[in-house]
Amino acid sequence: MLAYKFDWGVLWRQPYGEWLLQGLWMTIQVGALAWVIAFILGLLFGTLRASTWWPLRFIGALYVEVFRNIPFLVQLFFWFYAGPMLFGKTLQFKINSISGLNYHVAVVALGLYTASRVAEHVRAGFASIGHGQYDAVLSTGMTHLQMYWYVIVPHALRLIIPPLTTEFLTIFKNSAVAMTIGVAETTFMSYKIDEQTFHGLEATTGAMAIYLVLGMTVVKIMNLIEAKFRIPGLVTR
Amino acid sequence: MFDAVFTNLPYLLGGFLINVQLAAFALAGGLFLGALVGLGRISKRPWVYHPVTVYVNFLRNIPLILVIFWVYFVMPIFTGRSMDPFISAAVSFVVFEATYFGEIFRAGFQTISRDLVSAAYSTGLTYRQTATYILVPIAFRRMLPSLITQSIITFQDTSLAYVIGLQEMVRRTTIVDSIEVRSIQLYSFVAILFFVICFIGSRISLHYEEKSRKAKVL
Repeated sequence: MLAYKFDWGVLWRQPYGEWLLQGLWMTIQVGALAWVIAFILGLLFGTLRASTWWPLRFIGALYVEVFRNIPFLVQLFFWFYAGPMLFGKTLQFKINSISGLNYHVAVVALGLYTASRVAEHVRAGFASIGHGQYDAVLSTGMTHLQMYWYVIVPHALRLIIPPLTTEFLTIFKNSAVAMTIGVAETTFMSYKIDEQTFHGLEATTGAMAIYLVLGMTVVKIMNLIEAKFRIPGLVTR
Repeated sequence: MFDAVFTNLPYLLGGFLINVQLAAFALAGGLFLGALVGLGRISKRPWVYHPVTVYVNFLRNIPLILVIFWVYFVMPIFTGRSMDPFISAAVSFVVFEATYFGEIFRAGFQTISRDLVSAAYSTGLTYRQTATYILVPIAFRRMLPSLITQSIITFQDTSLAYVIGLQEMVRRTTIVDSIEVRSIQLYSFVAILFFVICFIGSRISLHYEEKSRKAKVL
């Protein structure tokens, strides 16, 4: 036992230290871009689920159930390996020759997956707004679309900032799965350091520290956003 | 249409069985350790509360895939030889999922009002009886939907053991795909299989949620 010789130098010795930082930058990019997709689609499908017309509700529910009940790894592999084949033989080769295809696929797949989770929070936000407010808005002569756009969505979004913070943290954690299709993010880099130096333990420990700092930074930023958009008069933490 | 799936069906389903086994270990260990973590999180003793809280907050900030790697790298240091991926993955899952189950347990324990406990005591029940007949059944009923949801997530997460070379279903699918090159049907098959099981699980969770809402315990 403990014949292992620790070498924490792999965390800052070149080029390994730089690899980890490059990995962090990739994690931030993939997570942030996927968040844009997740937020827009989540808002859309969450609103559909609150619709009074059942076909729209059904589409919203179908989306959420499909993307929530399949492991993200399987979704990622489906889009990456089977995705290009869906376009037919000629387009398939064109798509496969796109440089950085794995990066684009990872962003889109992570966005689509997280959208299903965001949609659930949006729906819960709508549900927590009292019926009286819907009636009051409609009685002022607004259309349904105006009601959602000017009153309900801004209100619901402020209410669901805390759960969205959790999702925003989760998207950076889930971006680690993109290493399986070769996206050079933090976890990928720590594994790569192991391949080169056989000091995977130190490298993965370093990666953990990076995720920890990233997570704490995100929480700080989200707390600022939450404080800025707090609804006056509501009981908060 | 699913020709490549059918010719490799026993191999693929054998991989699926490994996912199920891994999930069983993860759930048994995760629930047990999670219950302890939940108790630790409501403990009034600082030397229990603080270490448990650090453990939970630390792991909830780390991607599971990284924890799987870390355990895979750290275990050989203590055992002196390279680790069986299944055991390594099972350990990672227990340690990781226990933090999530622990938070569910904590929330479940905390929803029970002091008045209810006082009422139970005033009827002459002992602490043990209060815990067995009042606290645990009510907390469990309240937690059940969340516990089922987290169990589904755990089951989905078992696919991540792919990264340390465990021959579970996704790993076997990539192997079959590299020979057959039938990505659409192979990955669709995996997706459908996971979907059916997880969808049924989420319906069961919803059923219990409705049931306890009707019984007014939520």
